[in-house]
Amino acid sequence: MLGLTKRDFGLMVVVAILALAAPFILNPFPQGSAMAQFNAGYPDLMQRLVIFGILAIGFNILFGLTGYLSFGHAAFLGVGSYAAIWMMKLLTMNVIPAIIVSVLVAGLFSLVVGWISLRRSGIYFSILTLAFAQMSYALAYSVLTPITGGETGLQPKTSDPRILDGALPAGQSPSANLFGFNMSDTSVLRLGDWSFNFNTGYYLAAVIMLIVFYLSIRIFRSPFGMMLRAVKSNQQRMNYTGLNSKPYTLAAFVISGMYAGLAGGLLVAMDTQVGAERMFWTASGEIVLMTILGGAGTLIGPVLGAGFIKYMENIVSKINKTVLEQWFAFLPDGIEDLLITLVYPFVGKGWHLTLGLLFMLVVIFLPGGLVEGGQRIGKLFRRKKTDTTTKTPPAE
Amino acid sequence: MGILEVKNVNKRFGGLQALGNVNLSIAENTVHAIIGPNGAGKSTLLNCLVGKLIPDTGSVMFDGQSVLGRKPYEINQMGISRVFQTPEIFGDLTVMENMLIPCFAKRDGAFSLHAIGSVASEKDVFEKAKQMLSDMKLYDKREMHASSMSRGDKRRLEIAMCLSQEPRLLLLDEPTAGMARADTNNTIDLLKQIKEERDITIAIIEHDMHVVFSLAERITVLAQGTPLVEDTPDNIKGHPKVKEAYLGETQTV
Repeated sequence: MLGLTKRDFGLMVVVAILALAAPFILNPFPQGSAMAQFNAGYPDLMQRLVIFGILAIGFNILFGLTGYLSFGHAAFLGVGSYAAIWMMKLLTMNVIPAIIVSVLVAGLFSLVVGWISLRRSGIYFSILTLAFAQMSYALAYSVLTPITGGETGLQPKTSDPRILDGALPAGQSPSANLFGFNMSDTSVLRLGDWSFNFNTGYYLAAVIMLIVFYLSIRIFRSPFGMMLRAVKSNQQRMNYTGLNSKPYTLAAFVISGMYAGLAGGLLVAMDTQVGAERMFWTASGEIVLMTILGGAGTLIGPVLGAGFIKYMENIVSKINKTVLEQWFAFLPDGIEDLLITLVYPFVGKGWHLTLGLLFMLVVIFLPGGLVEGGQRIGKLFRRKKTDTTTKTPPAE
Repeated sequence: MGILEVKNVNKRFGGLQALGNVNLSIAENTVHAIIGPNGAGKSTLLNCLVGKLIPDTGSVMFDGQSVLGRKPYEINQMGISRVFQTPEIFGDLTVMENMLIPCFAKRDGAFSLHAIGSVASEKDVFEKAKQMLSDMKLYDKREMHASSMSRGDKRRLEIAMCLSQEPRLLLLDEPTAGMARADTNNTIDLLKQIKEERDITIAIIEHDMHVVFSLAERITVLAQGTPLVEDTPDNIKGHPKVKEAYLGETQTV
């Protein structure tokens, strides 16, 4: 269906259900309970989960298929963001032009960066992309201040021209919308102690994520996708098979750059401000982490990885000493203090430590990422099932 | 006029004259072997034919067109396919995908942004790849990862991939190097069969005299970067110059 095999279509349906039902799935704990700490179903975080999912899906088309490890994808995210905010300042607060232009501008920028960086492969390619991203960051932070707002960044102001929008009513500040539907509008559904947030911006981002996820499945299964895997497998054989690997890698680079630009544009659509820090090299590194943690080269892995890291960043980092004290309050004083001292470095500001440890565990024991973990668990169950079926006949 | 004409080719690496005034003509639809002791310049010559190296002087013409300065993929698209000493295949991909890639390269050229339709929906390419795999007795292994096949099967797959591009000239670089006797004989039979069934010119670089004398119709002997003699296998066998090149001057024949 939709030009997909049964299996891919099944995956697509699962992802669609997860994305559309996320407000329920991510808020499983009643409000006010001790576990409410782990609820992730608030608009800001849900938006980030799908937007970084888009970013990782795109990165995976480059890294997962061709094996070219770009360490500069945050630059495309940033360029997309700046393009989007300028559309909002100059044209309209409607997010459509902002999103389209962010994809196009990031595409052009990645064409230039890719054209130069793809002259080299392996570690040299990674370093070139890293250099480009850091240059972009430095430019945005200082030299290009008139365009990027420098340290303070950019946000739409009441005084901006916005030639397509009418004048704002007095006292109202500009807010991003989709033909009048405000991105930050959230309707809350209360069921007993539970509450679920349905946010316009989240659903726009989720629908776009589903579209680009579908596109990435098509790319994976296409002859083009197969050629990209051939690049990763054996470039020598490829060149001696009459195939020019350069345009293949460049096309993959530009496609993944456009995905990053789209993610950047969506970030602005949800939260109308940009700062240079989103182009910093740690942001690029985070994209690599997401993809590897989830499973590079798999369809669903990068989305899982992005969700996992963003969840950790926003939830684990919020656990502070007071929360820990509440958790361990039932224990005798000495043990309580000991446990708090032991756990404290891994939560709150120390969430990076937990992430780092998890990342090490995954890379060492599950080189295929979380997806491989899922597959192994699945296999375990299947083996048990076949075991029981082989054991039952003698009993009859 | 042969399909491949090499004229006055010189190639120097620093102080080493790897190729000195090489002239070689390979006639269409023959099996032409290039033999010679280690360091004779066989591989350098081959690399000059496929675009990996560019000769310092001289010309290399394939079917009336110069190949000099062209990239390996362009030369391949002209009709020269190369089989490597150690089989170069797409190890991470399945055997079927390995077969599909050259079929797509033949149909769509060096680059095609064919990013939305699925591979399986390209019926003509799919059928061709299936046919080729059956012809080469690899169809049962189509779901396997290419890297997990035996050495002999990898070689067979690599040759099949080259043939699916319908090349006019097939270059083989020591195709039986490191193979067991049985695999070597299988490869010889395979190449004989290919020659019988297709209009194809085969140039083969080989150490193993058993392979050379089982297959070749013409033989060029290369020594110290220069062709020594070119003749039929029967004449080469007893040629004093050849024995000299292989065994050294002090040996009396």
